Amino acid sequence: MRISVQDAPFDLGRESANFATGRRDMGAIVTFTGSVRDLPDDPMEAMEIEHYPGMTEKAITQIAEQAKARFSLGDVLVIHRYGMLVPGEMIMMVATVARHRKDAFEAATFLMDYLKSRAPFWKREISASGAVWVAATDADEDALARW
Amino acid sequence: MDVVYFAWVRERIGLPREVVETQAATVMELVSELSAREERYAMAFSDISALRVALDQELSDFDAPLDGVREVAFFPPMTGG
Repeated sequence: MRISVQDAPFDLGRESANFATGRRDMGAIVTFTGSVRDLPDDPMEAMEIEHYPGMTEKAITQIAEQAKARFSLGDVLVIHRYGMLVPGEMIMMVATVARHRKDAFEAATFLMDYLKSRAPFWKREISASGAVWVAATDADEDALARW
Repeated sequence: MDVVYFAWVRERIGLPREVVETQAATVMELVSELSAREERYAMAFSDISALRVALDQELSDFDAPLDGVREVAFFPPMTGG
């Protein structure tokens, strides 16, 4: 299991390839990547991601441990960035590996649902019209109820 | 104890971290003490339902006791992913 909270960009191809390599007993690898989405009517100059150093790493580790306890997984990778990003830049990725695809897909969805509203990150969209903190939605919270 | 603030809570209060001398028994009592200090605190804490709290870096709630707690964090609902 590897958890990385970093300001530097990550190489999606290399991370995915490293994660997928050498798993003879595992048949399914799922990766998800989240990137900065521009605002349709108000072009974004940057997205600033703030986090809670110390708690962030602990919270993500707990979420990954829960995923491992709940699904039959070989391994988990979570990379999440903070700092200033521009539209199109990759914010984060999760990868899961399992013997079969159902566990790999479900675990990746579980990880994303929990990272969204239980890992201490806060996004702020900066555009010509100002800077706005992204609000959490009821849908984010509702997504946890199904687990 | 150390009290830390993030995102718009940090902006409203105007600082990221401070040391607070308090006898507050619960998070809610600490919120009341801070709110009574100055308008900027009262504004930041005006709607508790819009806030989350962590005690020693674990999510908690406003009824939780502060016994032995070293770090309290206040922040809006998280928006990771």
